Amino acid sequence: MKEVNINELQALLNSFANKDVYIHLETTNGAYASHFDEKVFNSGAFIRNVKIRYELGKVVDDSPHRVGLKMEHGWVYAQGITHFELDEHGRLLMAGLDYTGKLAVALEISETPFSY
Amino acid sequence: MTLQPERHILVVFPHPDDEAFSSAGTIRLFRNMGVPVTYACLTLGEMGRNLGNPPFATRESLPEIRRNELIAACEAMGIEDLRMMGLRDKTVEFEDDEKMVKLVTDLINELNPSLIITFYPGYAVHPDHEATARAVIEAVRRMEKEKRPRIYAVAFANNTMAKLGVPPIVHDVSSVKEDKVAALRAHHSQTAWMMAETNHRAEEGKPMSDSWFNVESYYLYTFDD
Repeated sequence: MKEVNINELQALLNSFANKDVYIHLETTNGAYASHFDEKVFNSGAFIRNVKIRYELGKVVDDSPHRVGLKMEHGWVYAQGITHFELDEHGRLLMAGLDYTGKLAVALEISETPFSY
Repeated sequence: MTLQPERHILVVFPHPDDEAFSSAGTIRLFRNMGVPVTYACLTLGEMGRNLGNPPFATRESLPEIRRNELIAACEAMGIEDLRMMGLRDKTVEFEDDEKMVKLVTDLINELNPSLIITFYPGYAVHPDHEATARAVIEAVRRMEKEKRPRIYAVAFANNTMAKLGVPPIVHDVSSVKEDKVAALRAHHSQTAWMMAETNHRAEEGKPMSDSWFNVESYYLYTFDD
Protein backbone atom coordinates (compact mmCIF):
# COMPACT_ATOMS: atom_id res chain seq x y z
CA MET A 1 0.00 0.00 0.00
CA LYS A 2 1.10 3.54 -0.61
CA GLU A 3 -0.11 6.87 0.68
CA VAL A 4 -3.36 8.10 -0.78
CA ASN A 5 -3.13 9.91 -4.07
CA ILE A 6 -6.53 11.51 -4.50
CA ASN A 7 -6.71 11.30 -8.28
CA GLU A 8 -5.58 7.68 -8.43
CA LEU A 9 -7.87 6.57 -5.64
CA GLN A 10 -10.85 8.46 -7.07
CA ALA A 11 -10.33 6.76 -10.44
CA LEU A 12 -10.25 3.36 -8.74
CA LEU A 13 -13.42 4.11 -6.77
CA ASN A 14 -15.10 5.11 -10.03
CA SER A 15 -14.06 1.82 -11.62
CA PHE A 16 -16.10 -0.21 -9.09
CA ALA A 17 -19.23 1.96 -9.27
CA ASN A 18 -22.47 0.43 -10.51
CA LYS A 19 -21.14 -3.11 -10.11
CA ASP A 20 -21.97 -5.81 -7.61
CA VAL A 21 -18.98 -5.74 -5.26
CA TYR A 22 -17.96 -7.36 -1.99
CA ILE A 23 -16.76 -5.11 0.79
CA HIS A 24 -14.66 -5.47 3.89
CA LEU A 25 -15.12 -2.68 6.42
CA GLU A 26 -13.38 -2.67 9.75
CA THR A 27 -12.67 -0.22 12.50
CA THR A 28 -10.95 -1.01 15.77
CA ASN A 29 -8.94 0.42 18.60
CA GLY A 30 -7.45 -2.98 19.36
CA ALA A 31 -8.53 -5.88 21.55
CA TYR A 32 -6.06 -4.81 24.22
CA ALA A 33 -7.04 -1.13 24.34
CA SER A 34 -8.73 -1.26 27.72
CA HIS A 35 -6.17 -3.75 29.06
CA PHE A 36 -3.39 -1.21 28.59
CA ASP A 37 -5.51 1.78 29.56
CA GLU A 38 -8.64 1.16 31.58
CA LYS A 39 -9.98 4.57 30.61
CA VAL A 40 -10.26 3.53 26.97
CA PHE A 41 -13.69 2.44 25.83
CA ASN A 42 -13.04 -0.52 23.56
CA SER A 43 -15.16 -0.51 20.43
CA GLY A 44 -15.00 -1.63 16.85
CA ALA A 45 -17.04 -2.96 13.96
CA PHE A 46 -16.35 -5.51 11.27
CA ILE A 47 -18.18 -6.60 8.15
CA ARG A 48 -16.72 -8.83 5.45
CA ASN A 49 -17.98 -10.19 2.17
CA VAL A 50 -21.21 -8.30 2.08
CA LYS A 51 -22.32 -7.62 -1.45
CA ILE A 52 -23.28 -4.06 -2.25
CA ARG A 53 -23.66 -1.84 -5.30
CA TYR A 54 -22.81 1.84 -5.11
CA GLU A 55 -23.64 4.54 -7.60
CA LEU A 56 -21.14 7.09 -6.35
CA GLY A 57 -17.84 6.63 -4.56
CA LYS A 58 -15.89 9.61 -3.33
CA VAL A 59 -12.61 10.24 -1.52
CA VAL A 60 -12.35 13.61 0.20
CA ASP A 61 -9.10 15.57 -0.07
CA ASP A 62 -8.50 16.07 3.63
CA SER A 63 -5.82 13.88 5.15
CA PRO A 64 -6.39 11.39 6.71
CA HIS A 65 -9.09 10.90 4.15
CA ARG A 66 -12.72 9.98 4.28
CA VAL A 67 -14.19 7.64 1.68
CA GLY A 68 -17.95 7.38 1.14
CA LEU A 69 -20.02 5.08 -1.04
CA LYS A 70 -23.58 6.15 -1.88
CA MET A 71 -25.95 3.27 -2.54
CA GLU A 72 -29.51 3.21 -3.75
CA HIS A 73 -30.81 2.83 -0.19
CA GLY A 74 -27.93 3.85 2.02
CA TRP A 75 -24.34 4.63 2.68
CA VAL A 76 -20.98 3.12 3.51
CA TYR A 77 -18.16 5.32 4.71
CA ALA A 78 -14.78 5.09 6.37
CA GLN A 79 -12.85 7.81 8.14
CA GLY A 80 -9.08 7.96 8.57
CA ILE A 81 -7.91 6.38 5.30
CA THR A 82 -4.19 6.94 4.73
CA HIS A 83 -3.05 4.18 2.34
CA PHE A 84 -4.37 2.26 -0.65
CA GLU A 85 -3.47 -0.21 -3.35
CA LEU A 86 -5.04 -2.20 -6.14
CA ASP A 87 -3.73 -5.65 -5.23
CA GLU A 88 -2.71 -8.49 -7.55
CA HIS A 89 -6.29 -9.80 -7.51
CA GLY A 90 -7.73 -6.49 -8.69
CA ARG A 91 -9.12 -5.61 -5.25
CA LEU A 92 -9.10 -2.06 -3.98
CA LEU A 93 -7.59 -2.13 -0.49
CA MET A 94 -7.75 1.02 1.62
CA ALA A 95 -6.48 1.34 5.16
CA GLY A 96 -5.97 3.94 7.83
CA LEU A 97 -2.67 3.35 9.60
CA ASP A 98 -2.00 5.30 12.76
CA TYR A 99 1.31 6.96 13.57
CA THR A 100 2.74 3.72 14.96
CA GLY A 101 1.75 1.64 11.93
CA LYS A 102 -1.30 0.03 13.45
CA LEU A 103 -4.43 -0.40 11.39
CA ALA A 104 -7.28 1.75 12.70
CA VAL A 105 -9.73 1.39 9.82
CA ALA A 106 -9.97 -0.61 6.59
CA LEU A 107 -12.29 -0.43 3.61
CA GLU A 108 -11.82 -2.91 0.78
CA ILE A 109 -13.77 -3.43 -2.43
CA SER A 110 -13.63 -6.51 -4.64
CA GLU A 111 -15.63 -8.02 -7.49
CA THR A 112 -14.91 -11.49 -6.04
CA PRO A 113 -15.38 -12.59 -2.42
CA PHE A 114 -12.51 -12.11 0.00
CA SER A 115 -11.11 -15.24 1.63
CA TYR A 116 -13.04 -16.59 4.65
CA MET B 1 11.00 -26.21 39.25
CA THR B 2 12.20 -29.26 37.36
CA LEU B 3 10.04 -30.44 34.51
CA GLN B 4 8.61 -33.92 34.80
CA PRO B 5 8.21 -36.05 31.66
CA GLU B 6 4.82 -35.88 29.99
CA ARG B 7 3.12 -38.41 27.73
CA HIS B 8 2.04 -35.79 25.21
CA ILE B 9 1.44 -32.06 25.49
CA LEU B 10 -1.39 -30.33 23.67
CA VAL B 11 -0.98 -26.57 23.29
CA VAL B 12 -4.13 -24.67 22.33
CA PHE B 13 -3.99 -20.96 21.56
CA PRO B 14 -5.91 -18.81 19.07
CA HIS B 15 -3.16 -16.64 17.58
CA PRO B 16 0.26 -17.24 16.10
CA ASP B 17 2.60 -15.74 18.76
CA ASP B 18 0.41 -16.55 21.81
CA GLU B 19 2.50 -19.69 22.21
CA ALA B 20 5.82 -17.87 21.84
CA PHE B 21 5.09 -15.13 24.36
CA SER B 22 3.69 -17.48 26.99
CA SER B 23 5.37 -20.81 26.47
CA ALA B 24 8.24 -20.95 23.96
CA GLY B 25 10.80 -21.84 26.63
CA THR B 26 8.60 -24.42 28.31
CA ILE B 27 7.80 -26.06 24.98
CA ARG B 28 11.48 -26.10 23.99
CA LEU B 29 12.48 -27.67 27.32
CA PHE B 30 9.86 -30.40 26.93
CA ARG B 31 10.90 -31.02 23.34
CA ASN B 32 14.52 -31.32 24.47
CA MET B 33 13.32 -34.08 26.84
CA GLY B 34 11.69 -35.82 23.88
CA VAL B 35 8.10 -35.08 24.92
CA PRO B 36 5.76 -34.89 21.90
CA VAL B 37 4.04 -31.52 21.57
CA THR B 38 1.05 -30.71 19.36
CA TYR B 39 0.14 -27.09 18.82
CA ALA B 40 -3.42 -26.37 17.73
CA CYS B 41 -3.40 -22.75 16.59
CA LEU B 42 -6.98 -21.74 15.96
CA THR B 43 -6.53 -18.72 13.67
CA LEU B 44 -3.81 -17.07 11.62
CA GLY B 45 -4.11 -13.76 13.44
CA GLU B 46 -5.79 -12.30 10.38
CA MET B 47 -6.86 -9.21 12.29
CA GLY B 48 -3.43 -8.25 13.55
CA ARG B 49 -3.29 -4.46 13.63
CA ASN B 50 0.39 -3.92 13.05
CA LEU B 51 0.85 -3.39 9.31
CA GLY B 52 3.64 -0.82 9.64
CA ASN B 53 3.80 2.77 8.44
CA PRO B 54 5.01 2.65 5.73
CA PRO B 55 3.12 -0.64 5.55
CA PHE B 56 4.82 -4.02 5.00
CA ALA B 57 1.49 -5.85 4.57
CA THR B 58 -2.18 -5.40 3.84
CA ARG B 59 -5.19 -6.79 5.67
CA GLU B 60 -5.34 -9.42 2.90
CA SER B 61 -1.65 -10.37 2.78
CA LEU B 62 -1.14 -10.60 6.55
CA PRO B 63 -2.54 -14.15 7.04
CA GLU B 64 0.01 -15.74 4.71
CA ILE B 65 2.83 -13.78 6.36
CA ARG B 66 1.71 -14.97 9.77
CA ARG B 67 1.30 -18.56 8.57
CA ASN B 68 4.96 -18.58 7.57
CA GLU B 69 5.99 -16.91 10.81
CA LEU B 70 4.10 -19.56 12.78
CA ILE B 71 5.87 -22.36 10.92
CA ALA B 72 9.26 -20.73 11.60
CA ALA B 73 8.42 -20.21 15.28
CA CYS B 74 7.45 -23.87 15.62
CA GLU B 75 10.84 -24.83 14.20
CA ALA B 76 12.51 -22.67 16.86
CA MET B 77 10.48 -24.37 19.58
CA GLY B 78 10.92 -27.85 18.12
CA ILE B 79 7.19 -28.37 17.53
CA GLU B 80 6.76 -31.01 14.86
CA ASP B 81 2.97 -31.31 14.97
CA LEU B 82 1.41 -27.95 14.14
CA ARG B 83 -2.31 -27.87 13.45
CA MET B 84 -3.75 -24.74 11.87
CA MET B 85 -7.43 -24.99 12.69
CA GLY B 86 -8.78 -22.51 10.15
CA LEU B 87 -10.88 -20.21 12.32
CA ARG B 88 -10.80 -16.46 11.82
CA ASP B 89 -9.18 -14.04 14.24
CA LYS B 90 -11.65 -12.16 16.46
CA THR B 91 -14.53 -14.53 15.63
CA VAL B 92 -13.74 -17.48 17.92
CA GLU B 93 -16.24 -16.40 20.60
CA PHE B 94 -19.00 -16.23 18.00
CA GLU B 95 -18.54 -19.81 16.81
CA ASP B 96 -21.00 -22.39 18.05
CA ASP B 97 -19.95 -23.34 21.60
CA GLU B 98 -20.48 -27.06 21.03
CA LYS B 99 -18.43 -26.96 17.85
CA MET B 100 -15.59 -25.40 19.83
CA VAL B 101 -15.79 -28.02 22.57
CA LYS B 102 -15.82 -30.77 19.94
CA LEU B 103 -12.76 -29.30 18.27
CA VAL B 104 -10.85 -29.71 21.54
CA THR B 105 -12.42 -33.07 22.43
CA ASP B 106 -11.40 -34.49 19.06
CA LEU B 107 -7.81 -33.39 19.64
CA ILE B 108 -7.80 -34.92 23.14
CA ASN B 109 -9.26 -38.18 21.89
CA GLU B 110 -6.69 -38.39 19.13
CA LEU B 111 -3.61 -37.36 21.11
CA ASN B 112 -4.37 -38.49 24.69
CA PRO B 113 -2.35 -35.64 26.20
CA SER B 114 -1.20 -35.73 29.82
CA LEU B 115 -0.91 -31.93 29.86
CA ILE B 116 -2.71 -29.13 28.06
CA ILE B 117 -1.38 -25.58 27.89
CA THR B 118 -3.92 -22.85 27.16
CA PHE B 119 -5.30 -19.63 28.62
CA TYR B 120 -7.05 -19.26 31.97
CA PRO B 121 -10.71 -18.32 31.36
CA GLY B 122 -11.64 -14.99 32.90
CA TYR B 123 -8.02 -13.82 33.01
CA ALA B 124 -6.99 -13.94 29.36
CA VAL B 125 -7.94 -10.41 28.22
CA HIS B 126 -8.58 -11.00 24.51
CA PRO B 127 -12.00 -12.37 23.46
CA ASP B 128 -10.37 -15.10 21.36
CA HIS B 129 -8.21 -16.11 24.32
CA GLU B 130 -11.27 -16.34 26.53
CA ALA B 131 -13.25 -18.37 24.00
CA THR B 132 -10.35 -20.75 23.47
CA ALA B 133 -9.92 -21.25 27.20
CA ARG B 134 -13.63 -21.84 27.74
CA ALA B 135 -13.69 -24.52 25.04
CA VAL B 136 -10.64 -26.32 26.46
CA ILE B 137 -11.90 -26.22 30.04
CA GLU B 138 -15.33 -27.49 29.05
CA ALA B 139 -13.90 -30.30 26.92
CA VAL B 140 -11.73 -31.47 29.83
CA ARG B 141 -14.50 -30.98 32.41
CA ARG B 142 -16.67 -33.43 30.45
CA MET B 143 -14.04 -36.17 30.73
CA GLU B 144 -13.98 -38.77 33.46
CA LYS B 145 -12.14 -37.26 36.39
CA GLU B 146 -9.37 -39.88 36.37
CA LYS B 147 -8.68 -39.42 32.69
CA ARG B 148 -8.41 -35.66 32.61
CA PRO B 149 -5.09 -34.17 31.53
CA ARG B 150 -3.68 -31.46 33.76
CA ILE B 151 -4.16 -27.91 32.49
CA TYR B 152 -1.45 -25.25 32.68
CA ALA B 153 -3.34 -22.00 32.24
CA VAL B 154 -1.82 -18.69 31.19
CA ALA B 155 -3.33 -15.64 32.91
CA PHE B 156 -2.33 -12.04 32.40
CA ALA B 157 -5.35 -9.85 33.10
CA ASN B 158 -4.54 -6.86 35.27
CA ASN B 159 -6.37 -8.40 38.24
CA THR B 160 -4.69 -11.82 37.97
CA MET B 161 -2.40 -11.54 40.98
CA ALA B 162 -5.16 -10.03 43.11
CA LYS B 163 -7.63 -12.78 42.27
CA LEU B 164 -5.52 -15.88 41.63
CA GLY B 165 -2.44 -15.11 43.68
CA VAL B 166 1.09 -16.01 42.75
CA PRO B 167 1.27 -18.58 39.94
CA PRO B 168 2.23 -21.96 41.41
CA ILE B 169 4.00 -23.27 38.32
CA VAL B 170 7.14 -21.34 37.45
CA HIS B 171 9.53 -22.61 34.82
CA ASP B 172 13.07 -21.30 34.63
CA VAL B 173 13.60 -21.20 30.87
CA SER B 174 16.87 -19.27 30.95
CA SER B 175 18.76 -22.27 29.53
CA VAL B 176 16.67 -22.01 26.34
CA LYS B 177 16.34 -18.24 26.31
CA GLU B 178 17.92 -18.06 22.86
CA ASP B 179 15.26 -20.41 21.50
CA LYS B 180 12.54 -18.29 23.06
CA VAL B 181 14.02 -15.17 21.50
CA ALA B 182 14.23 -17.01 18.16
CA ALA B 183 10.56 -17.99 18.38
CA LEU B 184 9.57 -14.41 19.19
CA ARG B 185 11.73 -13.13 16.36
CA ALA B 186 10.08 -15.58 13.99
CA HIS B 187 6.79 -13.73 14.61
CA HIS B 188 8.44 -10.73 13.03
CA SER B 189 5.26 -8.91 12.01
CA GLN B 190 4.14 -8.91 15.64
CA THR B 191 7.37 -8.55 17.55
CA ALA B 192 9.85 -6.54 15.45
CA TRP B 193 9.11 -3.31 17.25
CA MET B 194 9.38 -4.92 20.66
CA MET B 195 12.59 -6.78 19.84
CA ALA B 196 14.17 -3.60 18.48
CA GLU B 197 13.24 -1.74 21.65
CA THR B 198 14.75 -4.52 23.77
CA ASN B 199 18.02 -4.32 21.81
CA HIS B 200 18.03 -0.54 21.98
CA ARG B 201 17.68 -0.51 25.73
CA ALA B 202 20.35 -3.20 26.12
CA GLU B 203 22.77 -1.13 24.00
CA GLU B 204 22.13 1.86 26.22
CA GLY B 205 22.98 -0.24 29.25
CA LYS B 206 19.45 -0.25 30.69
CA PRO B 207 17.97 -3.52 29.52
CA MET B 208 14.30 -4.14 30.14
CA SER B 209 13.58 -6.50 32.93
CA ASP B 210 14.21 -9.73 31.10
CA SER B 211 12.31 -11.86 33.56
CA TRP B 212 9.77 -12.75 30.90
CA PHE B 213 12.56 -14.13 28.71
CA ASN B 214 13.73 -16.32 31.58
CA VAL B 215 10.60 -17.32 33.44
CA GLU B 216 7.27 -18.75 32.27
CA SER B 217 4.46 -19.06 34.80
CA TYR B 218 1.20 -20.95 34.84
CA TYR B 219 -1.79 -21.57 37.04
CA LEU B 220 -2.99 -25.12 37.43
CA TYR B 221 -6.65 -25.12 36.43
CA THR B 222 -8.62 -27.38 38.74
CA PHE B 223 -12.21 -28.60 38.76
CA ASP B 224 -14.58 -28.68 41.71
CA ASP B 225 -15.56 -32.34 41.42
